[in-house]
Amino acid sequence: MVIASTMRGPGRARAGCAALIAAALLIVGSPARAADAEVTIDNFTFSPQTLTIKAGSKVTWTNRDDIPHTVASTAKAFKSPALDTDDSYSFTFTTAGSYEYFCSLHPHMTGTIVVQAAAGPAPSQ
Amino acid sequence: MKDLDNEADRREPTALNRRKVLECMTWAGAGVLWTVSGGVPRSLGIVGEAVAADAGAVTFMQISDSHIGFDKPANPDTMGTLNAAIGKIKALPVKPAFMIHTGDITHLSKVKEFDDANSLISQAGLDVHYVPGEHDVIDEEHKLYLERYGKGTQGDGWYSFDANGVHFVGLVNVLDLKAGGLGNLGAAQLAWLEDDLRGRSASQPVVLFAHVPLWTVYQQWGWGTDDGAKALDLVKRFGSVTVLNGHIHQVMQKVEGNVTFHTATSTSFPQPAPGSAPSPGPMKVPDDQLRKLLGITEVKFKQGQQRLAIIDMPLQS
Repeated sequence: MVIASTMRGPGRARAGCAALIAAALLIVGSPARAADAEVTIDNFTFSPQTLTIKAGSKVTWTNRDDIPHTVASTAKAFKSPALDTDDSYSFTFTTAGSYEYFCSLHPHMTGTIVVQAAAGPAPSQ
Repeated sequence: MKDLDNEADRREPTALNRRKVLECMTWAGAGVLWTVSGGVPRSLGIVGEAVAADAGAVTFMQISDSHIGFDKPANPDTMGTLNAAIGKIKALPVKPAFMIHTGDITHLSKVKEFDDANSLISQAGLDVHYVPGEHDVIDEEHKLYLERYGKGTQGDGWYSFDANGVHFVGLVNVLDLKAGGLGNLGAAQLAWLEDDLRGRSASQPVVLFAHVPLWTVYQQWGWGTDDGAKALDLVKRFGSVTVLNGHIHQVMQKVEGNVTFHTATSTSFPQPAPGSAPSPGPMKVPDDQLRKLLGITEVKFKQGQQRLAIIDMPLQS
């Protein structure tokens, strides 16, 4: 049935880079400072699936799939429009807490943003 | 899959075994031919024989997953392949009674995409009964879909109608999806369905159609409907139930008791077999293979016959 292997386009390499950049940003940022971070959507997966940031940080999701996705907070705290290939959506998290989200078109795709207070220890979850 | 094959074996012990279910299915009792080679039906000769054998049967067409607006490498010309599908329907020796479209008419729910799809589909000259795919309801409150296709429907677009003694029910399972879940019908639609079926004779054939499979094809990719089993419970007293879906861009069929489940090929791009790729995204195949993996589905029914005959036809054999 499968005639040729799946082709996923150039997204994978960029996804890896984006994850590295996101990780680097988190490391560089001091515990008390907000740092922007990225989540990549590739192969119907949010990556990283769980992202921990400081309050005040902006998270940018970028869709590398050939299929549109959305980023929708389970508690309706935020919702992106449909993101076509290479479209991005950003949201700034100002309040500490755990934010679960999913793709409202493909709800088996889920992720979590953990927002820690900008100063002091992380709130117990 | 094992269970369904065992079930099929019990029903048709002489014709089926596990391999044959996937490769070649013949229901001699109903004069039905559904022949698949390597997962894709490719013999026009056999389709021709089926047409001859079933002369006099009423047919209807199913097309699915046109994804007008999609332009990525898996198929940069979705208008061209939809046009080819419509051309195949127009060329059929027996004009179908009507057509159903099981969703993902468009790729991004844009006005132009709906317009473009309609400009081709209307050329078939058939009444078309739609249900939405998740790609058709991306806009706020899915107004664009309902404005075009919601007339005379209930709730978020579900409805039923009768044709040639068969009861058809169009269901919507792409709205109000829950995190971590699958397709969703919802309590309101299920209540409506129960009411819709109440009082109907169990001998009346029933066809349920919806975008996402009402049975769980592959949970890891979201290929199923969370409360699909509740809908199937409501039809289990009927002697003949056919469930037609799209969404997964490939033919899958199983028979369970009186229920035949069938998913249609897409007219736009193929998707990988469950679990055979990292994700269910569009599958890029060599250009000369694409139209062999896209296609349309013809369904025949005869008064007094329980089973409906389902014949998948690739755009190119």
